Amino acid sequence: MKPINPVRAAANLAELETGMTAVVKQVKGKGPVAKRLMEMGIVPGVKVRVVKSAPFGDPIELRVRGFSLALRISEARKVEIMEKAV
Amino acid sequence: MLEKVLPADGDRRIVVALAGNPNAGKTTLFNVITGLRQKVANYPGVTVERKEGHWKFAGDEVETLVIDLPGLYSLDATSTDEVIARDVIQGGMPGLPKPDIVVVVADASNLERNLYLVTQLSEFRVPVVVALTMLDIAAKQDLVINSAKLAELLGIPVVPVNVKQKIGLKELRKAVLKSAFAVGAGNDRIPATLKDESIHLSLSGDAGANAVIFERYRFISDVYQQVVQAGAHSEHPTFSEKIDRVLTHKFFGLLILVSVLLVVFQAIFSWATLPMDLLDVGFGSFGSYVGSSLPPGILTDLLVDGVIAGVGAVLIFLPQILLLFLFISILEDSGYMARAAFLLDKLMSRFGLHGKAFLPLMSSFACAIPGIMATRTIENKRDRLATILIAPFMSCSARLPVYALMIAAFFSGQSIFGFISLGAVLMLAMYSLGIAVAVLAAFVFKKTILKSPPPPFVMELPPYRLPNLRTVLQNMLSRSWLFIKRAGTIILLISMLLWGLMYFPRAASISHASPESQSAFQLEQSFAGSLGKTLEPVIEPLGFDWKIGVAIVASFAAREVLVSTLSIIYNVGDEGNEESPSLINAIRNSKRADGSKVWTPLTALSLMVFFVLAMQCMSTLAIVRRETNSWSWVIFMFGYMTVLAYCASFLTYQGGKILGFT
Repeated sequence: MKPINPVRAAANLAELETGMTAVVKQVKGKGPVAKRLMEMGIVPGVKVRVVKSAPFGDPIELRVRGFSLALRISEARKVEIMEKAV
Repeated sequence: MLEKVLPADGDRRIVVALAGNPNAGKTTLFNVITGLRQKVANYPGVTVERKEGHWKFAGDEVETLVIDLPGLYSLDATSTDEVIARDVIQGGMPGLPKPDIVVVVADASNLERNLYLVTQLSEFRVPVVVALTMLDIAAKQDLVINSAKLAELLGIPVVPVNVKQKIGLKELRKAVLKSAFAVGAGNDRIPATLKDESIHLSLSGDAGANAVIFERYRFISDVYQQVVQAGAHSEHPTFSEKIDRVLTHKFFGLLILVSVLLVVFQAIFSWATLPMDLLDVGFGSFGSYVGSSLPPGILTDLLVDGVIAGVGAVLIFLPQILLLFLFISILEDSGYMARAAFLLDKLMSRFGLHGKAFLPLMSSFACAIPGIMATRTIENKRDRLATILIAPFMSCSARLPVYALMIAAFFSGQSIFGFISLGAVLMLAMYSLGIAVAVLAAFVFKKTILKSPPPPFVMELPPYRLPNLRTVLQNMLSRSWLFIKRAGTIILLISMLLWGLMYFPRAASISHASPESQSAFQLEQSFAGSLGKTLEPVIEPLGFDWKIGVAIVASFAAREVLVSTLSIIYNVGDEGNEESPSLINAIRNSKRADGSKVWTPLTALSLMVFFVLAMQCMSTLAIVRRETNSWSWVIFMFGYMTVLAYCASFLTYQGGKILGFT
């Protein structure tokens, strides 16, 4: 049985609360950051869970496609998520 | 079966490129198949390690060269590692043959993201074989992977391997030879979805590139769903997630990090002392043995005082370097290093540095050389340079004897508020001054010459793993070897040069003079002595006379050489160390021509400040040359640090005088 993850509406990953899961809508912007995020598997339609944030609130840790990814809040803002639940 | 695909004779030599995501088990596989037949160097102009080895295999006679590519997530040429990997695979790397085949190591417990590189590689015109690792870990996560189905869907051979237990290596070898010798291989391996022309037509621009990434992942998700069966427990927190609840905890995580660092530095400072002392004694007695068994003369003096003493002064840091690299390798291989960067990135980014800069900077408290070498983990070139440029401000262990001598001579036994030792306060102040200037300098560099948008932090937190002993040892030894090679070449040359400066021109020998006063006289007459006297007007505002000038010049070999040089200048013989009463007395009582004392507490303070900030270390400069591949950065570093040191010393001495200190 899969654990049920609570979900709430948020515009981007930086606003998603710790422990919540969301579906990626798109990665905004251009350049190396957006590209790296996509190469690491953050593409439209993928499920992402925010695991925790570092001691000073930044960076944050995500769980995506079965692995852990750390990124800064400024980078998480580039990732738009669906308004609706998983 | 295999015999049919092998050419009957002649061309029985193949080149294999080994690719894979970081932490997929690539290095372990490389070490096992090549054994100790490895060659480690650097790619020209960059500090990406170039590792090659021969894969010998009983049962076939094919000579197999394996090129270990840097760990990669993608081949899109956004980082130096990716550019190099791409060049090697396409045969565009000078001195390396175009690979006949690429073996890509894929981690079964993290298959989706690992398949990204596989998909990308199979779009190249080169045969690809997948070595599927970590199946045991995948099984623990309740994931069942059908590797035959995976091979079918990808259209390329997939060989499950367990490197530790040496399972699947024979099959991997067979698959590699078969694909490498297959006629016309590699021409038609592009996954069906990505052959869609409309995608590649729109390749231009970010949007097009992003569309391609999206298409690859759509293909991968499709494959993944058909190949992987996730059991009931697959969504449960993994072992690593459980550990991370403590290790990256907001409070305990930091506490543990501090403890880990304490252990590392305790080891470097105290456990390394014994082997360092042994080396010191060893070089000393080796020097006297050589000195007494060879006929006296210039060559013997060069060998004893120049080569053995000079190189010895640098090589005694080897135990510290070995220990530090041992810890770095363990921390990297276990997965903890990424967590340390995660915990500290916010703090470091305030100064414009990357979270990964923390460890190199901490390492520099032992010695800037391993610290600078450890900056290799920082991908962005400007971030890395900023870290390299400030690393020598961390008070290294070679400065300790200098601080200790000055404190023992002028500040011992004094205390503040009756219970805080002035010496301890000064020691702390010197370390803090270095850190403060480093932070400031990093901030300024990142705003000016190294101005760049903040580099992406996007970083995998790999699963925790028990470090592989062999990988750790190999890492430690190859990095330490780089240091020894430096000591044997450029440091040797500079040592001989410094020796020459102090040895020539020869002074006439004074009859009835003690050996001590004879060598002091020699030093005064030498080029180094003249240099000190020439420098005197320049360093006089800092409170230094020509003798201190000579000692500063000599300490370019290694900072602690200041102590032994002062011993020679003040006639107390070679045995003077920072605790030697005769040296301390000589320093306290040394007088100028007008009878005033050369050294005052203020002079000592000024000298300590100078040593905190000045670039007084040829070995560091040699390593910076190597790591930046440019003399301009070396000159810049030497220049800006010396100017800073001069100004700070000037302010200390002149300011102190104005405030009425002596």
